[in-house]
Amino acid sequence: MVKVTVHVKVKEGVINPEASALERALAELSFDEVKSVTTGKTIELEMESTESLDTKVKEMCEQLLVNTVIEDYSYTVEEENKA
Amino acid sequence: MKWAVIDFPGSSGTEDILHVLRSLLNEEAEGVWYKDTDLSAYDVIILPSGASFGDYLRSGAIASITPAIQALKEERKKGKLICGIGNGFQILLEAGFLPGAIRRNRLLKFICAKSKLIVKNNNTPFTNQYEQQQEVNIPVAHQYGNYVCDKEIRQQLEENNQIVFQYYDDLNGSMDHIAGIVSEDKRVLGLMPHPERASESIIGSTDGLALFQSIIHHWREEHDRTS
Amino acid sequence: MTGLHEPTPEQIKEEKIYKEMGMKEEEYDYAVKLLGRLPNYTETGLFSVMWSEHCSYKSSKALLRKFPTEGKQVLQGPGEGAGIVDIGDEQAAVFKIESHNSPSAVEPYEGAATGVGGIMRDVFSMGARPIALLNSLRFGELTTPRVRYLFEEAVAGIAGYGNRVGVPTVGGEVKFDPSYEKNPLVNAMCVGLLDHKDMKKGQASGVGNTVIYIGPPTGRDGIHGATFSSESLSDEDPSERPSIQAGDPFMEKIVMEACLEIVQSDALIGIQDMGAAGLTSSSAEMASKAGYGIEMNLDLVPQREEGMTPYEMMLSESQERMLLVVKKGREKEIKDICERWGVMYSEIGHVTEDKNLRLLHKGKVVAEVPVDALAEDVPEYDLPTKEPAFYREQQAKEPVHYKVENVKETLVELLQQPTIASKEWVYSQYDYLAQANTVVSPGSDAGIIRIRGTNKALAMTTDCNARYLYLDPEVGGKITVAEATRNIICSGGKPLGLTDCLNFGSPENPEIYWQLDRAIEGMSEACRTLNTPVIGGNVSLYNEKGDSAIYPTPIVGVVGLIEDVAHITTQSFKNEGDLVYVLGEAQPEFGGSELQKLREGDISGRPPALDLKVEKERQTAVLQAIQSGVIASAHDISEGGFLVAVAKCLFDTNVGAEITIAGEAATELFSETQSRYVLTVPAEKKEALKEMIPSAKEIGRVTGDGRLTIRAASGETLMDAEVKELESAWKGAIPCLVKLKA
Repeated sequence: MVKVTVHVKVKEGVINPEASALERALAELSFDEVKSVTTGKTIELEMESTESLDTKVKEMCEQLLVNTVIEDYSYTVEEENKA
Repeated sequence: MKWAVIDFPGSSGTEDILHVLRSLLNEEAEGVWYKDTDLSAYDVIILPSGASFGDYLRSGAIASITPAIQALKEERKKGKLICGIGNGFQILLEAGFLPGAIRRNRLLKFICAKSKLIVKNNNTPFTNQYEQQQEVNIPVAHQYGNYVCDKEIRQQLEENNQIVFQYYDDLNGSMDHIAGIVSEDKRVLGLMPHPERASESIIGSTDGLALFQSIIHHWREEHDRTS
Repeated sequence: MTGLHEPTPEQIKEEKIYKEMGMKEEEYDYAVKLLGRLPNYTETGLFSVMWSEHCSYKSSKALLRKFPTEGKQVLQGPGEGAGIVDIGDEQAAVFKIESHNSPSAVEPYEGAATGVGGIMRDVFSMGARPIALLNSLRFGELTTPRVRYLFEEAVAGIAGYGNRVGVPTVGGEVKFDPSYEKNPLVNAMCVGLLDHKDMKKGQASGVGNTVIYIGPPTGRDGIHGATFSSESLSDEDPSERPSIQAGDPFMEKIVMEACLEIVQSDALIGIQDMGAAGLTSSSAEMASKAGYGIEMNLDLVPQREEGMTPYEMMLSESQERMLLVVKKGREKEIKDICERWGVMYSEIGHVTEDKNLRLLHKGKVVAEVPVDALAEDVPEYDLPTKEPAFYREQQAKEPVHYKVENVKETLVELLQQPTIASKEWVYSQYDYLAQANTVVSPGSDAGIIRIRGTNKALAMTTDCNARYLYLDPEVGGKITVAEATRNIICSGGKPLGLTDCLNFGSPENPEIYWQLDRAIEGMSEACRTLNTPVIGGNVSLYNEKGDSAIYPTPIVGVVGLIEDVAHITTQSFKNEGDLVYVLGEAQPEFGGSELQKLREGDISGRPPALDLKVEKERQTAVLQAIQSGVIASAHDISEGGFLVAVAKCLFDTNVGAEITIAGEAATELFSETQSRYVLTVPAEKKEALKEMIPSAKEIGRVTGDGRLTIRAASGETLMDAEVKELESAWKGAIPCLVKLKA
């Protein structure tokens, strides 16, 4: 088994109202160090490890998990250490 | 002429649309469960508002991969008239029937309002009973209604007159105040406002009724021509 | 009968472990007596939640009996998921209000959301489709970040849940007062529409019939929620509190649709929401009401977490779950419906004859308690009451009087008081148009929903002016009922019944118990006179933190029937040339008024008096006038007095008004004397009105110039302002306050 973590974030260039709101809120709390904010989501999949893993993950992302019109994604794969 | 309204778990507009079609317009219409794999018996297919599958992942995303939407793709090839309202619009975008995408409203909050729209193109199967530039009162109710697309598509929408409804005010941050668009061949309409909630004077407006009447008008004309 | 690692019955007794579950020593002793032995850990848990105030009303029962609950329109009074009133044509309105205060104080989004979810389940468990939601909210003043956070999140939670289920939120109220700073109130009301033939009850009858669990699996969330909400919020570490329940509106929607299909089947015997005290209260109450017992095998309860104990399963308050009793042999019909909707279904037990709640777990009986001991033989307290010295002091005060130098300035200040200001910022987040039946949207005296296929509509409202109750709970209680019914009358409806949510401090404080007693006395009298029986409700006590309790806040929800949609009336002035009338004389009554609060920053003295006989006469007269088509607009005079009422009648219109007042300006314009109305009438109906309501006084006319002009009898102009200017002050106040970051 492997754990696939898909990171989805709003595409660069697409206005992200949630991120803008967070930027403003953090500035109001005087966290001046913050220069920019992006938001997104993480989707964790526990999967059987197959040879076509990358193809499968890409298919899942592009058919359902990600709206590629406005979102970008990346993913990582970890071997699951089942005790 | 036969209408279908596809009902997904979490949809809430199905009954309201059926009420308008059956009780107000005397049309033959039925709700179709999202697991149905054949829509060939219907002439017009409506995707209702609501929160299909709880709006989880992205509004409309999970509904867009269901059997009924697969079946809808077949009907699309045949040139059937398809209209998505609210969540139905989001499903059409997610399933690729219409270009672009919907984001969260600029002020992030849900907006329910009796909004004013402008009819930008009355030369479509969905808007032929309106006047060009007519101002109509059709309410909105959504948290994700903020339309966006890339530059090329924006230009294409403009050039082909695919923008059919615009908000009078900047309601939710939508690009070019877009409230509703049609496909390039004008056979598919998606709009965020709710014509089914503006079809009787007792509930505040009848301006939405003309959208359904336009479809009837168009279908009859087309049907008369071909028969 | 004791689980691993759980204390033994002896330990529970010796170490008084029951106290951690919120049970008093004498209650524990009484449970031992009823059971005839020492209860084990699970059983002690069952007693403790069922005997919590939230489930048992043990401290308030004696007082609640004062409420009139009968009337020929009442089909179901208190005691079921929700009350039911007849609306003719074999249809009925089902409604109830309930509090979700403690969860909302901790996690306002989920607290408010699950409050909405719970009240909808109460309504659809009766077989009714929810057609409207309302809510009453109370927060501290919007001056601290914490209060603003609670306010914004509670509103978002109500929107996030109600909107996704597709039920319109058509009314309610939001008020702000320092007494709610640490104890916000979130009360949610749901109204459903029922065909008489579909009426269902929470009853488990017929030996051998199958007990079915539907909805999502049970987790450890909200264990002891009912007990938690029956205790004062302490300052302890929030992480020590039970984990809060989270809501899933999508699950609610599909469970609702499945249940509304299931209630059509005669295979269904009974159905109840697993609300407060979850599986325990639903099973024990259904069995007790029907005079049977229930045996459940807890291994069959769907579980979200591993290793759950019987105690945890029985006390969990995981949301969106329902318990059904179905005729033996016909389970598959129900199962098929659940499968179609994608709702989890599990047969977990059956109805027995022995009137016991028997629980099996891993092949052993882990609890066996008479259902009546849990649901019926509840300890009942007649608590000591004491009239507070504060009350005497207020009663003894000379009535205050205010001078108003600048009428316009005072009006603008009042319009900006958050309690009076426009709540558009709130209700624009609610999908108040869902289901396409909303005739009158939030912001009016009452929300109005038409009933498709008929000529009828339902008017609904929630109300409570707790400042009056704080000064005089009995008079305030009367006013609360009178004002809510007045709102229905102004909409053209006849009030049919009332649901109440009694939000108070600790009943163990004799002065609070006195408030509760007096308030109920006043409300009951008003309900009797105004023929609005109490058909259900909820009690939320212990709303106090440290030594400060909330104002006594018995929120009432009233539903009225509009027999013909042509009778629907709103507060807005309609046409230029219409005549403006006021019904009722103003007295210099400023105790608890908005003007007093504005001037002094606090309230004192006696609240306005209420003569129920006059109230009844005027309600009857105004409704008759509306029904006979004489009235163009109607609005009652409440917080802020006459001038605020008139200003609100002009907002969102294109008209103005010219009005001449007779008496002393401050009293005429700002006093909160009760049973008063602002009415407008087309000029040609002048004589008709005179005949129907002779005591209504003509005071001016509706103009076309968009200005509000007030003159004294002498001809002197007291105020002349643009309505748009007043409106923008009124609309801007709350958005301005929530944006302010201190």
